[in-house]
Amino acid sequence: MSRAVSSYEGRAHLVGDNVDTDRIIPGKYTKTLDTSELASHLLEDYDPTLAGRLEVGDILAAGENFGCGSSREQAPIAIKAAGVSCVVARSFARIFFRNAINVGLPVIEVPDLQIEDGSRLSVDVRSGRVLDLTTGNEYAGTRMPPVMSQILAAGGLQAYLRAGGDYTVKE
Amino acid sequence: MQLTAAEKILSRKAGEVLRAGDIVVADVDGAMGTDATAPFAIKAFEGMGGGPVWDNQRFSLVLDHATPAPNERVSGLHALMRDFAREQGVKLYEVGDGICHQLMVENGHAGPGELFVGADSHTPTIGALGSFAVGIGSTDLAAVMRTGRIWLKVPRSIRVELTGSFRPGTFPKDVILHLVGKLGIAGATYEAVEFGGSAVRSLSLAGRMVLANMVAEMGAKAGLVDTTGLELPDALAGRDFPEHNADAGATYRQRIELDISDLGPQVAVPNLPDNVKDVREVAGTKVQMAFIGSCTNSRLEDLHAAAAVLKGQRIAPGVRLIVTTASRRIFNEALADGTVQTLSEAGATFITSGCGPCVGTHQGVPSDGENVISTTNRNFRGRMGNPNSSIYLSSPAVVAASALTGEVTDPARFFEPVAGAAGGRAEA
Repeated sequence: MSRAVSSYEGRAHLVGDNVDTDRIIPGKYTKTLDTSELASHLLEDYDPTLAGRLEVGDILAAGENFGCGSSREQAPIAIKAAGVSCVVARSFARIFFRNAINVGLPVIEVPDLQIEDGSRLSVDVRSGRVLDLTTGNEYAGTRMPPVMSQILAAGGLQAYLRAGGDYTVKE
Repeated sequence: MQLTAAEKILSRKAGEVLRAGDIVVADVDGAMGTDATAPFAIKAFEGMGGGPVWDNQRFSLVLDHATPAPNERVSGLHALMRDFAREQGVKLYEVGDGICHQLMVENGHAGPGELFVGADSHTPTIGALGSFAVGIGSTDLAAVMRTGRIWLKVPRSIRVELTGSFRPGTFPKDVILHLVGKLGIAGATYEAVEFGGSAVRSLSLAGRMVLANMVAEMGAKAGLVDTTGLELPDALAGRDFPEHNADAGATYRQRIELDISDLGPQVAVPNLPDNVKDVREVAGTKVQMAFIGSCTNSRLEDLHAAAAVLKGQRIAPGVRLIVTTASRRIFNEALADGTVQTLSEAGATFITSGCGPCVGTHQGVPSDGENVISTTNRNFRGRMGNPNSSIYLSSPAVVAASALTGEVTDPARFFEPVAGAAGGRAEA
């Protein structure tokens, strides 16, 4: 099977616990199919300067329960459209985690993540290994179910279903 | 084999006994999307190859999140959904018909023991019927539209056993707010919350929907209410459903027993739904806006509770009270029984049945520095469209009492003690 890119290196932007989807992308901006406009409002109510500081390839690092709240897929879409390569967090809310994988945004749960804002991280999506290049600390991410790894490897659920026509759940 | 309700429903779908942790690819019994999620789903569906949806009788679309359209961009998305519905022959609920979860329940789109998926995070509300109802995003919905199937991990369950009876002025919303406060905003992530016990058996469908609705605020995948004693909606009359309630010996991750007789009105204070306090701790906080609405609390019994407080009264100067109903049908019932008039005479403003100000798009965006007392489910910063306002979550009785006085108010004195009925509610 052809694989999407599976390792990333970039500067981490740190956000706190319980960053909800209303903070990631406020509801008033979600009624659009324009993904670059979504990206321009990314995390606006959390840190109005963040969207302007993001560079392509940067990594978002979060605390507990990242993406809690609504089912709006505009949240991972906005993150991806802003150029963020992947998101690492101590934990994720359920629907956000699933939506991110489905739109091809790599998300890694790292329960003991302990990094500083601005650290350089190296993330290997397939193994879940996260290396803090600034401190040398290494973290092991939680493994996701095989069906999720396969969807992510395909680049998202659209590509996965276009290729296979249906779900194939292999252990 | 003793199964939880979640294990039982998903096992039947899989055709083999499944336990928590197993992965299943299951045929869904029904699916829906809204104007907040369906446009991206339609785009993804076309990206997957398009064609006819798997079963146009099992899929429906609802215009509820920004209705009527506040601008030409949203009206364009509504038009896209109408076109898709027409081409595909799927049911589309129009502007003002109501909120998706209410419409699914009222109109028989979901039933006990069935697997339902909705592209809205409060889809677990439908679990009040004993359905395994899961909130999903747009691309998962697109995949369901194409294949009729979804992959799911069978969740572990938390069992909540409710006993006792409501004190005057206390309602199902107070029970679920208390539980969200106790378990926390991520306290049931990836899990199902299953409700049972003698206090549940005496609840109406509307009251059960309040419980199931806010499991989303604990991160849960589904909320399932034991259907013993439930009067099903007319649309489901005469249909047979598979056995779906949990077995007595099922294994739970956690068991919570709560005697609701001990509970008074609760309020979730800014900016997280699990910041829950007894109303007496917050009483006196000034409010400028009051909202009765949303998929949590805008059914007939909610409006009756508000009317019991406001009948013959006038809301406080400087307060605006916005009211919406969960569906047009409920609005018509409230119109017929005089509740709309009671509330309107008290100064309430009725808006379109739908999500209204809860999602912060239009129809009631608070201004800077304002406090809102609301029957909705989320008080995240900026949720109602302004990050510089504060949202307090409560029952309709607390909202009505607070609108009357202009500050957060314990509604107990407005409710005569009555035996038995949920909420000890007075009639409007």
